[in-house]
Amino acid sequence: MTHLGYLIAGWGIALGTFAVYALSVVRRGRDLARRVPAERSRWLTAPGADAGNRG
Amino acid sequence: MTETMATNGTTTGSRGSRVLGAATLLGLATLLLFAFGLTEADIRLHPTTGEEIGQFDAVRLLYLHVPLAVFTYVAFVLCAFASAGYLIRRTPWFDTMAHAAAEVGTVFCGLVLVTGSIWGRPVWNTWWEWGDVRLMTTLVLFLMFTGYLALRRATVDPRAAARRGAVVALVAVLDLPLVNRSVEWWENRTLHQKSTLGELKIQDLTLFTLMLGFLVFGLVLAWLLLHRFRVGWLEREDAEHGIAADIAERRAAIDEGDVDAAVGEGT
Repeated sequence: MTHLGYLIAGWGIALGTFAVYALSVVRRGRDLARRVPAERSRWLTAPGADAGNRG
Repeated sequence: MTETMATNGTTTGSRGSRVLGAATLLGLATLLLFAFGLTEADIRLHPTTGEEIGQFDAVRLLYLHVPLAVFTYVAFVLCAFASAGYLIRRTPWFDTMAHAAAEVGTVFCGLVLVTGSIWGRPVWNTWWEWGDVRLMTTLVLFLMFTGYLALRRATVDPRAAARRGAVVALVAVLDLPLVNRSVEWWENRTLHQKSTLGELKIQDLTLFTLMLGFLVFGLVLAWLLLHRFRVGWLEREDAEHGIAADIAERRAAIDEGDVDAAVGEGT
């Protein structure tokens, strides 16, 4: 296989970056989920339902 | 819908996101199999000299680079729509979505620049070309959305951060048509070729693997967006809950006559 170093670098950097970023997002979510009470852990509300209450 | 999106309270995962995550990992494994095991290298013979030409195995980087570029567009367009939605409706949903799409899109855009540079070295014999319009417009796009993220982080008032961020996103996204059309509008000022997909210049397994790449990186984007949105939502709730708890604590202190605690002395 030609250009093996470039292939490893390209795919490795991309997949590695995604893995690190995904782990950091999951970890941030875990920390926050412990702190926020369950009744406030809503992910989606109808847009406009709480307009004016929050920025 | 709210209930199906809720988690067990300790993570941002849900049944849906776990299924999506498993499909994404399976897709990535399949893509690697096709990209490295089942497709051929790009080797052609020169019509007159008979010499071997083409991208050789470097073509395998395009199964990564091209889908990343397309989903960079998708993420930033989503960010722009959500930003416009925020300016019109002023709801946290739009702002949280815009912020999530900008952050994930910036990761995608950074990887487009890096993988493109790594691909360019063996194929174009250069890591970077300052005169290439597509490279420069993509770099400008990346820098503008990096600025968007920095602006949001630097602004203390969340409403001001949301409003300013939305305006910056709507300005930054104007660069997208320039990135996309640059190879047509300034064809003499770019090393990039015109779209090979539109004219179906690639076929069979190569085309299939590229399509698989689109599917897989679409799943990657969806999974990351879903979790990043939930993190953003929790950050907002955490900030508001922290303030509400603080106020309640100080009210309780006033009721008990503890003025020092109520004004924050000795805490």
